[in-house]
Formats: sequence, structure tokens, C-alpha cells
Amino acid sequence: MAAFVVTDRLKQLIGHKEGPIVFKVEEGAIQRYAQAVGDSNPLHSDVEYAAGSEWGRLMAPPGFTGWPVAKGFDMFKVVEKLIQAGAPAGLLDGGVEYDFMAPIGAGDTLVAVVNLASIEGRETKMGPTMVTTIETTYTNQRGIVVLIARNTFLNF
Amino acid sequence: MVKQICYEDVEIGSEVTPLEKIATTRMLVQYAGASGDFNPLHYEDDFARNLGVGRPIVHGLLKRAWLVNLMTDWIGSKGKLRKLSCRYRGVDYPRKMKTLDEPLDGDTWWCRGRVTRKFVEGEEYLVECEIWVENGNKEKTTTGSAVAALPLKL
Repeated sequence: MAAFVVTDRLKQLIGHKEGPIVFKVEEGAIQRYAQAVGDSNPLHSDVEYAAGSEWGRLMAPPGFTGWPVAKGFDMFKVVEKLIQAGAPAGLLDGGVEYDFMAPIGAGDTLVAVVNLASIEGRETKMGPTMVTTIETTYTNQRGIVVLIARNTFLNF
Repeated sequence: MVKQICYEDVEIGSEVTPLEKIATTRMLVQYAGASGDFNPLHYEDDFARNLGVGRPIVHGLLKRAWLVNLMTDWIGSKGKLRKLSCRYRGVDYPRKMKTLDEPLDGDTWWCRGRVTRKFVEGEEYLVECEIWVENGNKEKTTTGSAVAALPLKL
């Protein structure tokens, strides 16, 4: 076994972008998401309570950027491009890393841009593995970057 | 409301207040609808079996959301979650339903954490924690870390 060799054809995709993807953050979507994950903080469910809070409106739990979250799955378009360029087809979601820069609340409009940040060749228990980091930057209607998410995918 | 935790209340090694979760098939359908992640892996038996995981599994993103919930409950309304990361290490199988809203007996999950570092950056008093989701066999199926700003007592 050996580490996966990242070819020039794959390296050329570093910096590839998808988007912009527009998310509208709706009150009802926040409430349904908070209920589904079992988050009982009234800031995410009780409109009256939230209106009286320091935020003055219903706020999204960290990591919620509007429905459907799956829109952010435009990152899979990047993964498909990698497979077309010769990456192994086995795929695992390795995890995610968030930087929460500013709050997101009901009424916000977010614009997300997906960027293929890095590709690394490794050797894992699955054999030669390509580790890809895809960075998604969310900017709100006031031009403030509110969230950066880095997703890791393993192709093996 | 629970008492607000402050930077001075926390030491390295302090426990993040554990959060209990019970994943059910009903919850996975609810999460699918609320997140818009309609991957059949999380609700269709044959589809999950063909992918080699046996039967439908809990969304990694739901376990991620539980860990966010663990941290935001613990840091309270004056705390601010700055960073959170997690890695999916093992699959989890939800309990099936006995009645419309009551699950069968089975696994209970605990979200847990421990403070690993305290530091000041700019004007913020920060704590770093290791965090994880533990299944009924005490296996850590999702692990990660988080950084949060806490208020001072004064």
C-alpha cells in the first residue's frame, strides 16, 4: 500500500468554485430545524421571546443556514468533478469544521460560495486515499461573512 | 433558565453538562424534512442494505447538530460559540417506534465534553473543549472540538 498520488489533472482543480448559492433564512425553517435536532432554546422557536431578546428576532442555531441545507451540497458537484478527473470513486464524509463569525437570523439572505481548498494524498486503512477539503463561505445581505464551513471528503 | 456559566467557573478538565439524545426512525424523517437532506440512506431499508450499512443510519449532520446543541446549552445565552468541528467515526442505528411518538427500548446516546484549554484572545475569554457523541456501548461514534467565548463574573 502507498499514499494516493495526486495527479496534475487533479491538482488543476484546486481553487475550483461553485456558486454563488442563495439561501433565505425563514422563521418557520429555523423553528422546524430546531425542533428536529431537539434544541429547546426558545431563541430558535418562540417568536415573541426572540423579539424581546438582544437579537430582536428568531435566531438560527449555529450550523443552520436556511432550508434546504442540501443546497450547500453543491459541494458534491466538486466531488463529482474530482472523480471525473481520476479520483477514486469510493466516498466518505470525513467531517466538518465551522468558524462561526457572526449570528444568522430570520430574514437574512445568505450567499454561499464553495471552493475546493486543498487535495492531499494519504494512506489510510482503506488504502491509497485522497483527502479533499471543500470550503464554503457564507456572506449575509450586509456583506458580512457569517460562517465558514470546511468539509472533508475521503476518496478511496 | 439555567444559571449562566462564566469563564471563572471553568477549569481545564471541567465537564461540559452532558446532553441526552435518543435517535428514532421518526426523528430521522423529521430531520430529513427540516434539513432538506433526503438521502434514502436514512429512511429506506433496502437502500441502506445495498450500501452495506445494514439498515438506515443516523445522519452525520444530525450528530453534528447535537454537538452544537451540547455546547450552546452549556455556554448559555451570554456565551458565544466560535468554532466547532467533528469527525464521523462510526455509524449509529436509530430506535424504531412503538407508538406514534414513543420509541421502543434501545440505545440512548450521550453528548459529552471536557474543557482542554482556557485562553484570552483580543477581548474574548475562550474555552476549548473536546466533545463527542457516545452510543449505548460507550463508543464514541462522533468526535470533535469546540471553542466558545464565555462572559466574566464581574
